[in-house]
Amino acid sequence: MSLTRQDVEKIAHLARLSITEQQMPAYVTSLSNIVDFVAELSSIDTGQVLPMAHPLEGQSQRLRADEVSEADQHVKYQVNAPEVQAGLYVVPRVIE
Amino acid sequence: MSEWETVIGLEIHAQLATRSKIFSAAATAYGAPPNTQASLVDLAYPGVLPVLNAEVVRMAVKFGLAIGAQVARRSVFARKNYFYPDLPKGYQISQYELPVVGRGKIQVMLEDGSRKTIGITRAHLEEDAGKSLHEGLANASGIDLNRAGTPLLEIVSEPDMRSAKEAVAYMKKIHTLVRYLNICDGNMQEGSFRCDANVSVRILGQEKFGTRAEIKNLNSFRFVEKAINYEVARQIDLLESGAKVFQETRLYDSDKNETRSMRSKEEANDYRYFPDPDLLPVEINEHYIQAVKNTLPELPDDKAARFARDFGLSTYDAGVLSTSRDLGDYFEAIVNPAGVVPPLAGAVPPAAVNTEYAKLAANWVMGELSSALNREALDISAARVTAVALNGLLLRIVDQTISGKIAKEVFGAMWLHGQSADSIIALQGLTQITDTSTIEGVVDTVIAANPKQLADYRAGKDKLFGFFVGQVMKVTEGKANPGQLNELLKAKLARSESGGA
Amino acid sequence: MHDLSIGDLLSRLAKGEVSSVELTQHFLSRIERLNPGLNAVITLTGPQALQDAAVADRRRVAGERTPLLGIPLIHKDIFCTDGVRTSCGSRMLDNFIAPYDATVVARLKSAGAIMLGKANMDEFAMGSSNETSFYGPVKNPWDTTRVPGGSSGGSAAAVAARLAPFATGTDTGGSIRQPAALTGVTGVKPTYGRVSRYGLIAFASSLDQAGVFARSAADAALVLREIAGFDVRDSTSVDVPVPDYSASLSTPLKGLKIGLLKEFFTGLEPRNEMLIQDALKIYRSLGATTVDVSLPSLPLSVPVYYVVAPAECSSNLSRFDGVRFGYRCEQPKDLMDLYKRSRGEGFGTEVKRRIMTGTYVLCAGYFDAYYLKAQKIRRLITDEFLAAFAQVDLLVGPTTPTPAFPIGAKVDDPLTMYLNDIYTIGANLAGLPALSLPCGYVDQLPMGLQLVGPHFAEARLLNAAHQFQQVTDWHRHVAHGYE
Repeated sequence: MSLTRQDVEKIAHLARLSITEQQMPAYVTSLSNIVDFVAELSSIDTGQVLPMAHPLEGQSQRLRADEVSEADQHVKYQVNAPEVQAGLYVVPRVIE
Repeated sequence: MSEWETVIGLEIHAQLATRSKIFSAAATAYGAPPNTQASLVDLAYPGVLPVLNAEVVRMAVKFGLAIGAQVARRSVFARKNYFYPDLPKGYQISQYELPVVGRGKIQVMLEDGSRKTIGITRAHLEEDAGKSLHEGLANASGIDLNRAGTPLLEIVSEPDMRSAKEAVAYMKKIHTLVRYLNICDGNMQEGSFRCDANVSVRILGQEKFGTRAEIKNLNSFRFVEKAINYEVARQIDLLESGAKVFQETRLYDSDKNETRSMRSKEEANDYRYFPDPDLLPVEINEHYIQAVKNTLPELPDDKAARFARDFGLSTYDAGVLSTSRDLGDYFEAIVNPAGVVPPLAGAVPPAAVNTEYAKLAANWVMGELSSALNREALDISAARVTAVALNGLLLRIVDQTISGKIAKEVFGAMWLHGQSADSIIALQGLTQITDTSTIEGVVDTVIAANPKQLADYRAGKDKLFGFFVGQVMKVTEGKANPGQLNELLKAKLARSESGGA
Repeated sequence: MHDLSIGDLLSRLAKGEVSSVELTQHFLSRIERLNPGLNAVITLTGPQALQDAAVADRRRVAGERTPLLGIPLIHKDIFCTDGVRTSCGSRMLDNFIAPYDATVVARLKSAGAIMLGKANMDEFAMGSSNETSFYGPVKNPWDTTRVPGGSSGGSAAAVAARLAPFATGTDTGGSIRQPAALTGVTGVKPTYGRVSRYGLIAFASSLDQAGVFARSAADAALVLREIAGFDVRDSTSVDVPVPDYSASLSTPLKGLKIGLLKEFFTGLEPRNEMLIQDALKIYRSLGATTVDVSLPSLPLSVPVYYVVAPAECSSNLSRFDGVRFGYRCEQPKDLMDLYKRSRGEGFGTEVKRRIMTGTYVLCAGYFDAYYLKAQKIRRLITDEFLAAFAQVDLLVGPTTPTPAFPIGAKVDDPLTMYLNDIYTIGANLAGLPALSLPCGYVDQLPMGLQLVGPHFAEARLLNAAHQFQQVTDWHRHVAHGYE
């Protein structure tokens, strides 16, 4: 196993995913297998090759004119929200 | 006891003064009702994509050129991943490895008048987060995403500052610069200009930096100074008691004047930066840079140098008058020979540069005008006395229509009623009495009416000279020309003296 | 009626032999009758479709002619549809009503096409069998005990079962081509940037591309022309003129240089290879020549993909946090609990696995070894493709290693599942256009022939596919029970 249960717990925490006790062993196994599988890449000599982030890398970012064209539609957009109060999205207390 | 040295670096967040957001066409206006300026892109709705605002790039390039930095020909947006309710995508689009502005520097003037160069490591573009509000919600927070996606230029300094005052001087200088460049409104109450301070201490002479704490979200110059001073004292106390400083994020509580550890940021985060695949690299060519360069205004240091050189101002005055473009323009509208207003009238020759008049104008702008503005918390652009009007007033001082003292009253009236100096002077009959015989008459009457004081004066009570001045001014309602009055009075009193010998 | 090509349907509509309402009603009835056995369509928008069809009929009478006026279709449920649930096959979005149309949806709407409903899919397009859907697996019309492939399994099955003349799909690592192959239809994955991604719920942004499922290359050409093109809302869409794909379909193939990828044939199952060789014979008979080419780095495409795609998805799916839309857990005790349970309960097993894989490879300490390395090899693969296209016009090979496999056969073994995409992933990494078309059977199950072209060579791919379909009839075969 290239990943331990602790590793998986840490990753799940970073990704904010609750993993049930029942699912955990299968994840430890499958994630280890995947990591082992992709680890094959590290043995490849890539010399001076530059990383390629994007298939359109040769192109440059197109820019948008600084114009406001969005109207207020918060009522429509908040139809999907689990909890809204006075136009605000409500979440458990944020502690700073 | 060792001597400690403070080391400070600032990360300044300047909100760029665009109409629309960095990646969406929603408005950036401050103070709108919650979530009314949050578009689908700002809300991170499934399927939406960012499209970069041209203006933010231009503004960043402007800043880069103004600090003499290398503007990146190719810069890349990256995602900074972390979960927070005010961060709708679960990542912030920022720049990581390839920021748009590279290394630059800026000069600040310290309190003792000396200058110091502060290095700027980089400046990069990123999006602001929304706001969490807690009032009126029981054990819950409300999220307003109006601010989410507002463009920010994060300006990262080198750890070059050695005191809270230096840090403030640097921050003020950047504040001046971004407003000069018209890329940020600089409004600190609204959070348009704020900073995080990285603070550490080390034993003087030690090369290695101490462990630093990062104080988040300081939004006034005063808080920057107080927070750093508190933090420095806290760290020195810790170290002197044999304890350690932890690398952590702290929050400044201005009510208690202390910094405290931020619980929410306690855990070590792993931001997992990687290039944002929704955006392509931003490419900037020489032609573009040149075009932006052509739009650069005169920069604060250049303006200050010119003021000192052309108007004979002190370095200090020149510095103050160039802290904002509007202030400098205001001053220049009074004194610039090429300006709208004829510089001088009357006895003073219309010299290309009249340094005496410039000094007078500088004193008035930095004195009466500034205090009037401060009293009402107004910006120079909202001054109730325009440069033209103030020039009108100063000309009456120069041509001796009124005294400096009366001029202050006239200024007060101008500020209140918006009338010109001349009309107030005429209306209130404030014209200075410069006719020698008139003044002489009053002086004679006053001397005659106060034989005891005269005797005392002659007996050597020099201080009574002021009494006579006061009496004359009382009779003339302050309008006697002070110079003439002094001369006459001195002569009269002296004549009597000599007469008595 | 359901077996007519889009071109035939358009001409019947034009002649007034059939109305769009009748056509729409016909397909809606088929869906009602046949979908329960397939689970291909998860949201039916019948009443709206009939209304839209009536409008289309009126427009036609009024003399309007938009390219797909009155032609029904089904959208993969990854495309946002204004006012209609857009679930992405996930519990997370089971209650999500999109407030806007994806660009693909809007363009097809303005071309006059009529949406019948939304197609089932692997959850967030993560899967190669359509078994990861919150709404249950889609069944392959050719054998309902088997998968239709994925992730666009619903779209593929719907077109194969003649539930709609065409359907939209998305392809991140083969999600159009693989299910097209396994269900015996034609599937086109255009060049990255050819079709706007706006409104397509992102899986892996640098790989995702929207495309089309149709019964023939000629039908696909009609549809692709409508959805392709620059979109100001997608910074990664490309401003290259969209050709009339239909106009070049009949171009003779004489002189076409076809490259045979050595890596596509190594270890290929003999019966599969035979089908490909037969197809190549046909191409030679049409005047094409074949040459062997090799892309030595191509075998690394699967591990590269399983670094890049999860990395991007781990970040793309962070917005599903139970705050502004989507699933929220019951009674969160604090913010952390809200995040973890909303995401833990809202996402299925495979989605969580990919998010965790991606989170891991992006972490400090692993980033260089995995993510950066994968990006470097991605460049190697791309460069090798481009070098190959300096020699040949097209690359031809199999779409999948095997025909459709039984439902449940690979669910517990993600790695084996991932290897389904071994022939398709390369085109995504390099952003190349690719197409799968039916070329025969293995075990009475359809197999696909894959054509890969250089960037923006969709017209060439469609031309080559169309010419093949002029002399073969695999694409006309319909699974038993769906004729």
